[in-house]
Amino acid sequence: MNQPKTLYEKIWDAHVVDQRDDGTALIYIDRHLVHEVTSPQAFEGLRKAGRKVRRPDLTLAVPDHNLPTTARLDAQGNKIPIADPQSAAQLEALEANAPAFGIKYIGASDINQGIVHVIGPEQGFTLPGTTMVCGDSHTAAHGALGALAFGIGTSEVEHVLATQTLQLTRSKTMEIRVEGDLGPGISPKDLILHIVGVLGTAGGTGHVIEYRGKVFEEMSIEGRLTVSNMSIEAGARAGLIAPDDKTFAYLEGRPMAPKGADWDAAVAYWKTLPTDAGAKFDKSVTIDAADVSPTVTWGTSPEDVVPVNGVVPAPDSFSDPSKQDAARKSLDYMGLEAGQALRDVSVENIFIGSCTNSRIEDLRAAAAILEGRKKADNVKWAIVVPGSGLVKAQAEAEGLDRIFTDAGFEWREPGCSACLGMNPDKVPAGERCASTSNRNFVGRQGPGARTHLMSPAMAAAAAVTGKLTDVRELTR
Amino acid sequence: MKPINRVEGRAIPFGQKNVDTDVIIPAKWLKTVSREGLGEGAFEAIRAQEGNIFDDPEYAGAKILIAGDNFGCGSSREHAAWALADLGITAVIAPSFSDIFSGNAFKNGLLAIAVPQAAVDRLMEVAKTDPITIDMESMSITTPFQDRFAFEMDPFRHQCLVEGLDEIDLTLAKSDAIERHEKRNDSAQPWLIPAAA
Repeated sequence: MNQPKTLYEKIWDAHVVDQRDDGTALIYIDRHLVHEVTSPQAFEGLRKAGRKVRRPDLTLAVPDHNLPTTARLDAQGNKIPIADPQSAAQLEALEANAPAFGIKYIGASDINQGIVHVIGPEQGFTLPGTTMVCGDSHTAAHGALGALAFGIGTSEVEHVLATQTLQLTRSKTMEIRVEGDLGPGISPKDLILHIVGVLGTAGGTGHVIEYRGKVFEEMSIEGRLTVSNMSIEAGARAGLIAPDDKTFAYLEGRPMAPKGADWDAAVAYWKTLPTDAGAKFDKSVTIDAADVSPTVTWGTSPEDVVPVNGVVPAPDSFSDPSKQDAARKSLDYMGLEAGQALRDVSVENIFIGSCTNSRIEDLRAAAAILEGRKKADNVKWAIVVPGSGLVKAQAEAEGLDRIFTDAGFEWREPGCSACLGMNPDKVPAGERCASTSNRNFVGRQGPGARTHLMSPAMAAAAAVTGKLTDVRELTR
Repeated sequence: MKPINRVEGRAIPFGQKNVDTDVIIPAKWLKTVSREGLGEGAFEAIRAQEGNIFDDPEYAGAKILIAGDNFGCGSSREHAAWALADLGITAVIAPSFSDIFSGNAFKNGLLAIAVPQAAVDRLMEVAKTDPITIDMESMSITTPFQDRFAFEMDPFRHQCLVEGLDEIDLTLAKSDAIERHEKRNDSAQPWLIPAAA
């Protein structure tokens, strides 16, 4: 009997190309997603060194980060130029680099375009048991399908393009189990915000997290993507959820997924991947599902979470002096006071989108709250940004776009949008945003912007009342 | 890459914990197709404040940055390492680093050196008035006051840094092993090649 292995160890072992004595290994990379922001310098590096892309067929390029989310084609079907010359240059660089190096490129006005982490699973490019990288930290999302997926920097992008491998050291393993069932109205986003709050932003550093147990087994693939996506917010480079029948059903028939006999062989292999009984993790964390409420952030770190019915914590309530100091700075930046009820906090902006929460289930959850309602008068700007052209088309087929626009939202083209303040969608300085994205860092949504992270249903509820709100009050 | 054996000079006693890469370089600076010139945007929000430590003449020309736990958390942007390098920083000392940042730093010959909090506290104190020295051969940080703090580093990274090796060249020397892996995949798991969409 072989020694029991975790899912992570099985994937790692299957990808070792060369093992060094010092413990580092050359790991083969099966899938590489490329976007416009972290790739230009990598392609430039290849050019300078006269190198080619080793496996363009395992690489997929798509623009998302700085692409405006307003209309991309005019009434005649011509491309609408991008106003910001730097963004335009970066987008043109990818559009030129991809074909020059033989890489499949999904253009800005293609219906398949979208956020890299939405289109990977959607196209069937993401597969269980594969190693997958992208020059973006939220690559962790793809672990929801049982892929070992993590973000890399531009030099590593260049290394993967040139060699289809990375020089890596093995991570430690952490299992997170959730005991009990999530209460009604509690979403995967609430759960992962709660988990990040428990672990802290460095709690997962050096680890790959495997989310295990009934709550995750019962969760939809889209919910799993939301959870695994934010593994990086706890410092873990990757998250993993064992592939199961839901995973296979989700992938079957997707354009880039295996077909026919290949499909059957793949599924047979994928079924061998889940962690063996008796396998050991370096660390185990148990979360009580009863502790998870509709959750929002109050500060400028994703670990700064609190139930929406709670109050802003007092900086003195933290035992660590540097956290006390950080909390004081956060409250000053956020314009909040210790002891203030979160439910009294009014918001002027609503952002529903990002690689964390822009899939069809997210839009359905938000639309269910907004149907027959309107945004509050104090909400000046409310946008919904579908994660891909296919999500957008599906939402339109279900009439969700009308629900959003009737409620006073703008219905946009796919992209990263207001998640990261590098395209025209930004939150004005000093204003608050109820946001379904993943980071509430200082200046993340624009200089001086104040971000409160939450689920799509909670963001929709905030739009209706004009302040942070327990969504369960609108569903009763 | 140039070999790095020793970094000696003044250090900025910054000390902040959980410094995320959005703080090191905000997203609006990421719209470049070059690795150069990002120093201008480095720590932009902090440097907008009068009397900030980065523009303190006391630390002009400092090569070392001392920070708190979990330095470089958040986004994978290598622009954070490029921005620090463009500021003239060649080493960051902190109790811990995010995984992605320390990888990015390494690829750019920027030393990310982790030492315990107590050592960081002492170095923060010394940095206010005196230079510090990082020696890669002995893997230690020293001060003019006989302090000596040993640090550890992944042996592969250490070798690349002190010998100035190009990692892509090193990997390309293993092309045969890569090819063997690909051949094995082609026969055992042909479905790994994406179906033509």
